[in-house]
Amino acid sequence: MAYESRMVTSILRALLGIVTRRNSRFWSLLVFVTAGYLLFIISMLWATATYSSPSDYFEALNSREIQHSVFLSLLTCSLTALLSLLLAVPIGYLLARKDFRGKALVESALDIPIVLPPMVIGLCLLILFQTRLGGLVDSVIPFTYTVFGVVLAQLVIGAAFAIRTMRGTFTQLSQRPEDVAMTLGCSRGSAMWRVALPAAGKGMVAAGSVAWARSLGEFGPVMVFAGSTRMKTEVLATTVWLELSVGELEAAVAVSLLMVFFAMVVLVAMRLAGERW
Amino acid sequence: MIELVDIAWRVGEFSLSGLNCVVPEGKYSVLMGNTGCGKSTVVELICGLREPLSGQLLIGGEEVTLKPPGERNIGYVPQDGALFPTMTVSEQIGFGLKIRRRAEAEIEKAVSTLARELGLEKLLNRMPDGLSGGERQRVALGRALAVQPKVLLLDEPLSALDEDARDEMVDLLKRIQIEHSVTVLHVTHSSREAEQLADVVLRMEGGKIRVVE
Repeated sequence: MAYESRMVTSILRALLGIVTRRNSRFWSLLVFVTAGYLLFIISMLWATATYSSPSDYFEALNSREIQHSVFLSLLTCSLTALLSLLLAVPIGYLLARKDFRGKALVESALDIPIVLPPMVIGLCLLILFQTRLGGLVDSVIPFTYTVFGVVLAQLVIGAAFAIRTMRGTFTQLSQRPEDVAMTLGCSRGSAMWRVALPAAGKGMVAAGSVAWARSLGEFGPVMVFAGSTRMKTEVLATTVWLELSVGELEAAVAVSLLMVFFAMVVLVAMRLAGERW
Repeated sequence: MIELVDIAWRVGEFSLSGLNCVVPEGKYSVLMGNTGCGKSTVVELICGLREPLSGQLLIGGEEVTLKPPGERNIGYVPQDGALFPTMTVSEQIGFGLKIRRRAEAEIEKAVSTLARELGLEKLLNRMPDGLSGGERQRVALGRALAVQPKVLLLDEPLSALDEDARDEMVDLLKRIQIEHSVTVLHVTHSSREAEQLADVVLRMEGGKIRVVE
């Protein structure tokens, strides 16, 4: 309690500092809007955190099903982040470095998963795996209603965000050093590997983190495509829904808080990585 | 010697054709021209970073029109040095030799010789972020010279430097050209640089390159 009130006070102080230094109505208005929005977010988290006692939360998190869901979430999100990077690095590099006919169309198409309603993505995946080709793939690696399906459903959206981040990263990096590397004997691929990729470390951490965080909260596509079978394809986002649907509000809140904690860890890790690189 | 024979190229809306030019062997040539006239593109064509639509490009009498940049035996120093962001000064200078898979001892020797020549001995473990404009250009020069190129292409190498660093670089460039007996093509719009450095002045105007002196 004391910690949270100290945090709110220091945020308010920081915002008020802007007003006293630049004592104009314009800045006051902006500070008012920012403070109002921040207060709303903090109230939301505060209300959730104080809904029940910590012992109730720990008890809820002790269940075998929820622990399996935590494990599966961490595993699938990490796999998704890795796969997203494998897609985002080459695609981001292509979009940042090469101009070609229809590029705007390709860029818009790559954003489709971001703008589509998540549930629709799940449905599209389900239908794709009903086709002859999808069925063939499914017979080799079973995706529908399996853990692989969880990863694929998370990947569709996670990769789209990672691609955006990597494209931005490579656009900000000058191409000149890679050109020089080519005059010194590198091929275009080797110049990318030896010069651009090491310089894009910060962007890769950001892209991986965004993909990880998005995957953690992915509910619709996972639910529709991979299902929410306990001890099999249940991940944290589906756990919240499952617990809510059976009236276990404490458990739902406990899992939600755990997700907030993971999201905060990712946020801090991104900040630290940003300072290091 | 660098020869451009009937070179044509197009970059977006900008196109040129019938470009001919000879940069003489072992001389310090300065290519001048107004901003946007295509000087830097000429350098990029010689480097192999752009492909001409037609024409021939020869370096030291050998046709290199279709050769990849790394096989043209050239050294390239762009305007801001374009140092590799994650490598130390020592790694930058040794980069070309490492790509050519030279022995570690040979790379070390070349790096220390060039560092001495360019006054970089104390900076060898530094990253590019901590270097001044003049230091960056000297590192870029060392990186280009390490592979012992026949031709050194300098694209406005002094434009980002302050007055003192510029004078220092002018002396260094002239000395390097003589000591390494390398053919230099230096692109600039500064007539002062041309006066201080050039054996031959070339001017690019209306899509043609002509010898001024």
